Amino acid sequence: MNAIYILWLRQLKRYARSRARIVASLGQPILFLLALGFGLGPTFARAGRGDYVQFLAPGIIAMSILFMAVFSGIEIIWDRQFGFLKETLVAPVSRLEIVLGRTLGGATVALIQGLIVFIVCLAVGFRLPHPLLLPAGLAFMALVAVMCTAAGTALGSLMHDMQGFQLTMNLVVLPLFFFSSALFPVANLPEAMWLAVRLDPLSYGVDGLRGTITGAFAFGATTDFAVLVGLAAILLTTGAYLFSRMEV
Amino acid sequence: MMPMIEAHDLVKRFKSFTAVDHVSFMVPEGVVFGFLGPNGAGKTTTIKMLTTVLAQSEGRLLIDGHDPVTEPLLVRRLFGIVFQDPSLDDELTAAENMELHGALYGLPRSQRRERTETLLRLVGLWDRLDTYVKHLSGGMKRRLEIARALLHRPRVLFLDEPTVGLDPQTRIRIWEFIRAMCRDERVTVFFTTHYMEEVERVADRIAVIDHGRIVAEGTAAALRQQTGAKTLEDAFITLTGRNIREADADPIDRMRALRQASGIRR
Repeated sequence: MNAIYILWLRQLKRYARSRARIVASLGQPILFLLALGFGLGPTFARAGRGDYVQFLAPGIIAMSILFMAVFSGIEIIWDRQFGFLKETLVAPVSRLEIVLGRTLGGATVALIQGLIVFIVCLAVGFRLPHPLLLPAGLAFMALVAVMCTAAGTALGSLMHDMQGFQLTMNLVVLPLFFFSSALFPVANLPEAMWLAVRLDPLSYGVDGLRGTITGAFAFGATTDFAVLVGLAAILLTTGAYLFSRMEV
Repeated sequence: MMPMIEAHDLVKRFKSFTAVDHVSFMVPEGVVFGFLGPNGAGKTTTIKMLTTVLAQSEGRLLIDGHDPVTEPLLVRRLFGIVFQDPSLDDELTAAENMELHGALYGLPRSQRRERTETLLRLVGLWDRLDTYVKHLSGGMKRRLEIARALLHRPRVLFLDEPTVGLDPQTRIRIWEFIRAMCRDERVTVFFTTHYMEEVERVADRIAVIDHGRIVAEGTAAALRQQTGAKTLEDAFITLTGRNIREADADPIDRMRALRQASGIRR
């Protein structure tokens, strides 16, 4: 337990100390929120779909969690490069404890990032219909954070250098974001697109968050919850397994 | 003397390549043991087996009477290690690195604080307690790593080239710290290095490994006598030859090494 806690705390400290990283990773969601929110807003309203910022905000929150979580998970490559990984691998703790500490730390960091973006959304006009919806929204945010950090840990355990990082961002993270229905409604989508949305794990996070806030689910709260919990469990197990096979 | 490390007919194979080939040695408790050999001779592979990172293909290994393969978590409590490359978290302070290590090794908080103070005073870093590791010099980082490796009161300290890349002043200082701490805490030391004068000065016993086999074992004086060499460096060359070994280096590194070697001869 001690080991899980101290590794969790380490992730938090590293995050809190890298102001540049916090600011840089806030830039993208804010850009999307402002440029798309107000750029496409009038068209969205004319199509009879209501306020686009209100629709977009949960998607952008999910996006910021996705980016930060995968990044935190993949940070294992940095630890390998700068040597700290060896210190944890010869410590008298199981690999599972190390993975859990890291993943929970990364997920907490991603959740904090999501909350900051949530506050930014409030600042540009997003409104929560009822304050009691916040805990349910937070639960979905936390699930997305755990799932994505675990995926990052799994990917990071497979990589040996930084080159794989950029590749992951372009080939995994960006498609996950764009197909997740974060930016568009799912009604009347072409069949292939609708399939892609359903295959994208992040869609269930976006839907859970958006449904909680707006009341309109695409898949249903139970489905969203079940898919996220299931995938988080599978990815955590995979991440733990791949990490346990890592050599110093 | 009680044996602290025992290796019997240790073998490690990687597919068709045998990195460690029937190696046997014994390190008595409280001894400073130098493990020497050219690059690619099997030093690091042996250390990895001693420290639970790799399992041997054959043979038997005991650390303070315990088997690293069957009791890895117990054995990990028995040793401290300073790796060849740095393994500190640069974004944390010296104190936080110590704290993290103490927590990983299950030390109670009060003990962590007390031990941290004792050890950091000993290595002359107590005034750097709250300095970020990234702001420490290379020598300071090494001293911090040695202090950290001793935090959980290990019985054995493994040092893989602990002084590589440091100036002579820092090297002498670091060895003074290692010797002082080991005297105070009765720790057995197992180290590798390429600096022969260092071995001569600090090692009680030496083993030389080459091509995965132990080619000589004894005190520095015995090794010099055995080979009829004036210095330990000459003895080492007599035992292991003049050829440059880059067993696992890539062709470019090999060429670089050859170029450097020919430059020295010129």
